[in-house]
Amino acid sequence: MTAQTSTLLAEAETEANQPVQRRSGRWRYIGGKVLGSFGALMFVIVFNFFLFRVIPADPVRTLARNRLVSDKQVEELTRTLGLDQSLPRQFLTYLQNTFSGEFGLSFKYRQPVGEIILDRLWPTLLLVGTSTILATVIGIYLGMVSAWNRGKLVDHMSTGFSLTLYSMPEWWLGLVFLAVFAVGAGPIPKLFPTGGLHSTDVDPTSFAGGLDTAWHLTLPVITLTLAYLAEYSLIMRSSLLDEMGEDYLTTARAKGLRDVYVRRRHATRNALLPTTTLVVLNLGFIVSGAITIETVFSIPGLGLLTTEALEVPDYPVLQGTFLFFSIAVILANLVSNLLYGLLDPRVRL
Amino acid sequence: MSDLTLTPRRLTWQRRRKSAGRTWSQFRRHRSGMIGLAILVFFGLVALLAPALAPRSMIEVTEATGGVLQPPSWEFPLGTDENGRSVLALLIWGARVSLLVGLLATAISMFLGTLIGLASGHYRNFFGAALFRITEWFLVVPFLPLAIVLASLLGRSLLNVAFVIGVTSWPATALLIRAQTLSIEGRPYLERARALGAGDWRQMSRHVLPNVMPMVFANTTLTVAIAILSETTLSFLGLGDPLRVSWGSMLDDAFQTGAITTGAWWYFLPPGICVILVVMSFTLIGQALEEVYNPRLRDRT
Repeated sequence: MTAQTSTLLAEAETEANQPVQRRSGRWRYIGGKVLGSFGALMFVIVFNFFLFRVIPADPVRTLARNRLVSDKQVEELTRTLGLDQSLPRQFLTYLQNTFSGEFGLSFKYRQPVGEIILDRLWPTLLLVGTSTILATVIGIYLGMVSAWNRGKLVDHMSTGFSLTLYSMPEWWLGLVFLAVFAVGAGPIPKLFPTGGLHSTDVDPTSFAGGLDTAWHLTLPVITLTLAYLAEYSLIMRSSLLDEMGEDYLTTARAKGLRDVYVRRRHATRNALLPTTTLVVLNLGFIVSGAITIETVFSIPGLGLLTTEALEVPDYPVLQGTFLFFSIAVILANLVSNLLYGLLDPRVRL
Repeated sequence: MSDLTLTPRRLTWQRRRKSAGRTWSQFRRHRSGMIGLAILVFFGLVALLAPALAPRSMIEVTEATGGVLQPPSWEFPLGTDENGRSVLALLIWGARVSLLVGLLATAISMFLGTLIGLASGHYRNFFGAALFRITEWFLVVPFLPLAIVLASLLGRSLLNVAFVIGVTSWPATALLIRAQTLSIEGRPYLERARALGAGDWRQMSRHVLPNVMPMVFANTTLTVAIAILSETTLSFLGLGDPLRVSWGSMLDDAFQTGAITTGAWWYFLPPGICVILVVMSFTLIGQALEEVYNPRLRDRT
């Protein structure tokens, strides 16, 4: 388990154990979480402003070194960033633009960044959503099997498998899959396309088009699923092991309940709590996976948009995607915190 | 009797040595931890001895002797890259950059994390609360997008990559240290120190820090693992130092020059395997250390 996830787990636990006042407690809990997320949101917005204005002494000059960018664009950038104005003024303009959903024009595509992000959102959601669901189900199952068979061969194999996957850059696994299944190696024929979301000659909205998209997404989804499930299975295993030492399980067994029943209905339910919240809390990690895997398999989503923007560098797009990813993670965090309050009676009270 | 010359300082050191010895003897019992240590020592030696194992000229593009993407042979045990350089030599030199960046980034992250975590746990006023909030906010900002933005703004150099990874990975450490600090601050000996008039700095540096150190140490090895993975990813995305070979930049080159589609497995498999081995070795060591320091975990696994 990573340092980060174990800290998060510990945090969630201490939070769960804190006594909360009755009745008003729930609203205070929800209110506190919403306020916290709002604070984080403001922080990211302010941070984003300083990131792009203060750190590079002059983003325009950095940009002007790039031959791809014309003088006119540099002038335009100076104007849209408002670099000819004072810093507080710039900040006000920035706030106005951000809240009206305007992130400026992309240097590369010459389109509003907001529109590009909306265009590129669906492939990412499809890829990440499918992989997350698969990874959660398989990962939790693997973790359960490991924990129940602690110390046996199955456990060693499953833990070793998860640990290897966890130590692997997920995009490297993608490269290997690409070389083996999309190019063909030795006796293995070329089974899958090397990239893209769909073939050019198929209508993506038809049934055949849907199948074609699924065929294109098979390798990326398998790669991402493997990358995500490693962590979930390790966490599920350790939280089940934590649960298994608890007294209420001994009581349940002493009452004469069968082992299988005790595991399914008692231990698993409680162990699922930290794991389900972590699925959402881990969205930052999920976003990283999307960025690299989309680059490897050239899937036209937000991740590929980000890495392509790096080459120019297309600052408005980078700024837009950074803000978008951050906001998505903050919202997911809020949802997971509220869910935790709903699922864990110790928080609800 | 030597006891007569025993100053408090010497006694402390004696105790610390003894406790380090205890830790080591407990650590030695962890088979996975020892395997990790062995792998790490191997890669550490390779990185240190790189100039002796493969002369620097072997990784200069201008002095390359092999053909383009040549498969493994006696002369080039792991084949050649797109410039005719030996992949094995590149791997050896890559170990240096990957380990160096990983350690540097971890040092930065640990320094920031420990300092901020200690302070936010120690000061029970607005300052501490503010530090805690900032830590929480930074924890929410997704790592890779932030690192990409920072790296593209700062420019591509070895130090910048280490800086970017260090600056983006401290919040997890800070939270961990804060939790530890809070539990230590409640103990009687700190009350005693306060009663005797110890200042904030003395309380933190003399009483809290030594007790938090074991956790920092276990956490450090886990952070190095993440830092090395991050370095590889950033280099793969073309944000690494363009003048130095790292495992990530090798994979970037392999991907860009079509080693994947031409089936040049000797070019893209070895760097990935090296990354896995090193990252896993740090993870195994970190897990073993965590179990040694945290008795609650000891009888699990």
